[in-house]
Amino acid sequence: MTDPSVPVVRLQGITKRVPGVVANRDVELTVRAGEVHAVVGENGAGKSTLMKILYGMQRPDEGTIEINGSPARFRDPGEAIAAGIGMVHQHFMLADNLTVLENVVLGAEPRKGLRLDTDAARTRINDLSDRYGLGVDPDALVEQLGVGDRQRVEILKVLFRGARVLILDEPTAVLVPHEVDELFASLAGLRAEGVSVIFISHKLDEVLRVADAVTVLRQGTTVTTVDPRTVTARQLAELMVGSELPTPETRESTVTSMVELTVEHLTVRSPEGRPVVEDVSLQVHRGEVLGIAGVEGNGQVELVEALLGLRASTGTVRLGDRDISDWSTRERREGGIGYVPEDRHRQGLLLPATLWENRILGHQGRKPARRGLWIDRGAAKADTERIVREYGVRTPGVGVPAFALSGGNQQKLVVGREMSGDPSLLVASHPTRGVDVGAQAQLWDHLREARRSGLAVLLVSADLEELIGLSDTLVVMLRGRLVATLDPASTTPESLGSAMTGATA
Amino acid sequence: MSLLTPERPEPAPTPPPTAAATSRFDLRRFGLAVAAPALAVVVALAVASIALLVSGSNPLTVYARMLEEGTTLRSALITVNNAVPLYLSGLAVALGFRMGLFNIGVEGQYQLAALLAAAAGAAVVLPGPLHLLFVVLVAMVVGAMWAGVAAVLKTTRGVSEVISTIMLNVIAGGIAAYLLSTYLQERVEGSNNSRTPRLDESARFPNLDPVLRAFGVEPPQGTRLGGFVLVAAVVGVVYWLLVSRSRFGFDLRATGLSPSASVASGVNAKRMTIVTMLMSGAIAGLVGLPQLVGSSYAYGLDFTSGLGFTGIGVALLGRGSPVGVAIGALLFAFLERSSATLQRIDVPTEIYVIMQGSIVLSVVVAYEAVRRIGVAQAERAVRRAVDPEVAA
Repeated sequence: MTDPSVPVVRLQGITKRVPGVVANRDVELTVRAGEVHAVVGENGAGKSTLMKILYGMQRPDEGTIEINGSPARFRDPGEAIAAGIGMVHQHFMLADNLTVLENVVLGAEPRKGLRLDTDAARTRINDLSDRYGLGVDPDALVEQLGVGDRQRVEILKVLFRGARVLILDEPTAVLVPHEVDELFASLAGLRAEGVSVIFISHKLDEVLRVADAVTVLRQGTTVTTVDPRTVTARQLAELMVGSELPTPETRESTVTSMVELTVEHLTVRSPEGRPVVEDVSLQVHRGEVLGIAGVEGNGQVELVEALLGLRASTGTVRLGDRDISDWSTRERREGGIGYVPEDRHRQGLLLPATLWENRILGHQGRKPARRGLWIDRGAAKADTERIVREYGVRTPGVGVPAFALSGGNQQKLVVGREMSGDPSLLVASHPTRGVDVGAQAQLWDHLREARRSGLAVLLVSADLEELIGLSDTLVVMLRGRLVATLDPASTTPESLGSAMTGATA
Repeated sequence: MSLLTPERPEPAPTPPPTAAATSRFDLRRFGLAVAAPALAVVVALAVASIALLVSGSNPLTVYARMLEEGTTLRSALITVNNAVPLYLSGLAVALGFRMGLFNIGVEGQYQLAALLAAAAGAAVVLPGPLHLLFVVLVAMVVGAMWAGVAAVLKTTRGVSEVISTIMLNVIAGGIAAYLLSTYLQERVEGSNNSRTPRLDESARFPNLDPVLRAFGVEPPQGTRLGGFVLVAAVVGVVYWLLVSRSRFGFDLRATGLSPSASVASGVNAKRMTIVTMLMSGAIAGLVGLPQLVGSSYAYGLDFTSGLGFTGIGVALLGRGSPVGVAIGALLFAFLERSSATLQRIDVPTEIYVIMQGSIVLSVVVAYEAVRRIGVAQAERAVRRAVDPEVAA
């Protein structure tokens, strides 16, 4: 074994210039054997760039990489893998119709002559699974596995290739709380066997629970490395942001008795005729935030798109006292529905177009963009400047293309636009996803302010704290149905998490 | 501030965008827009030079000869005349491009439109301008209808318009040949040519020679400046207003940039496809008219073909902007005209086809290269404004 005092991974002075994103500047990272080392930072702080450099997907402009004390230079992930570094991506890369064994050996098949040596592979997988406490059945079909199991298969895949350093990119983003517990148990097994884990996250509670050391990145550079036992989540967050934090706490209720959105018996069917949203009824009052919780893929996307008229549905939708069930998307939007889509690149923005042209999107038929048959460019530009000012969009001007902005600033523009023109209902899907903590706080403030002035908000989010913190009422969506209604005041992320998996339903 | 927080000033509020910064940026964007086609022409000259060298000619002599021939008054007039249908064809294709629709069917649309407009125009008697207007309208409606077939197939059955318009070209050719050999034919004594009956004087477009003379330019013998160039100019202005300034145009461009985002913004994608295809077809219907109402006054077997395909190249070169398409059409017409002289020095005139081809190919590459430079520039500009330290 190697000398335990020599770090398994040591990055020094890593600098990378990448157009458009915050590059790495002088990043230092030292990971010891058998250590769970968390790397935290806001989106855009340079975490992914750093990991891509360590995994050989990008090469640093400056700086050195040392593996077990000797300098290394990776030209591609293959060389990183050969040096014992493995990466588990946030989005799994598994073939659903193959077994665990087939997935694990894919690309690294043990051979007997020209044939795949299944027995050797199975023995090795069982060995690894037992040694690290992963509990994976090599002969199960991947399509039958849950998310947590798939993740363990990914980890096994990496270990099978001889990795001694595991990079986990936001591993808990896709997991519900009890799956997170299982993952952490697996990490303990890895640690006990001397495997090092680099754990990328921005969920600070989890980081504090599992990490032996935490390195904080901000704006592309290392702020510090701290011992998790000596800091609180709040202090960590402040390190990440560089200033003090607001919280999404709910204050006094602003819910009025006037119903703005009424949905009755809404059903959406998939192209195959299977109901993906089934018999959903709900109401949102003016001044109320109705939060929809649920593991992704339980019909939230379809529900939202049906409300916007982007998807065919049966049932009744009323906005105020108007029945809008048969309205087109444009009629609904001009009738007062603001829409913050889940995927701003796909539905919210024209990336190559300028900011002021993006201001017009979805508002083609309304002031200030419209002048009869024509587009009022001057008014659109002026109003975009207002949004840039009020929402703190960081840009040199409204004539730059939208793709040049960072994700948080794009989202501020989208939210600012959707709040324009006095919507009476805002349908917001993951309004702060992929947005850094600072921008998140600003967006929350804007939502809260609009709610105070009577806006009805339908909020879909995967961020349980955001849901609990912003919502006046919480409903849980499971397999296309609303299965529970909760009071956010008495709900914790854990209890909400188990409701989302149907545990209390 | 908490104790843990290292010294870092609050993020400065965004400075108000200054007019200077914006216009500098726009200027750069303009420079980039011009760079791509210019680069493409240079590459095309290089390719053509290699072809000429291989075939044993001196490229410099050839280019000098082309320049000499192409810049005579006579050639200039012919170039403009020939550029008009290319321009209309280019605009028809470009309109589709702006929303991500590929109307490859301009060829069939204009052939069918010219034939039916010729036949309809010859069959009616109307006073002066009305007769001409009637012919123009018939051509636009026929072009639109033929393109509409592809639009309906796309919106109802999901058939790619690329496939359907290519096939409709073939069908249009077949229909035109059939009609021309049967119902719409007028026998011409002593000629193998089948053609429709000639249009009356009232349906003919006056040429602009009087205007030239008013400016003291005497058109050379046998050459004139076709009047349809005025129609093309009007179409260009309407196109610009429609695409760049109207709400419809915004929806059109939004659909081209991101179909999913435009649908979420309330654009009715199917309606958009149908309307755009109809408009593209209507412009395509005009392509054959400069010849029909300006010189041949009938549609016959010898009617000019291939303009619809050349128009695709012109549209690519012009990048959907009416000025760009005009430059592209003039360039293509100039190349064709100026190479006509090369036979006399034993160089195959087809050299202009090589040039056109390499321009189209290299312009696609050049636009992509320039687009990437533009992306990097924009990102740098934003970074510099937002975080001077990182950009440094």
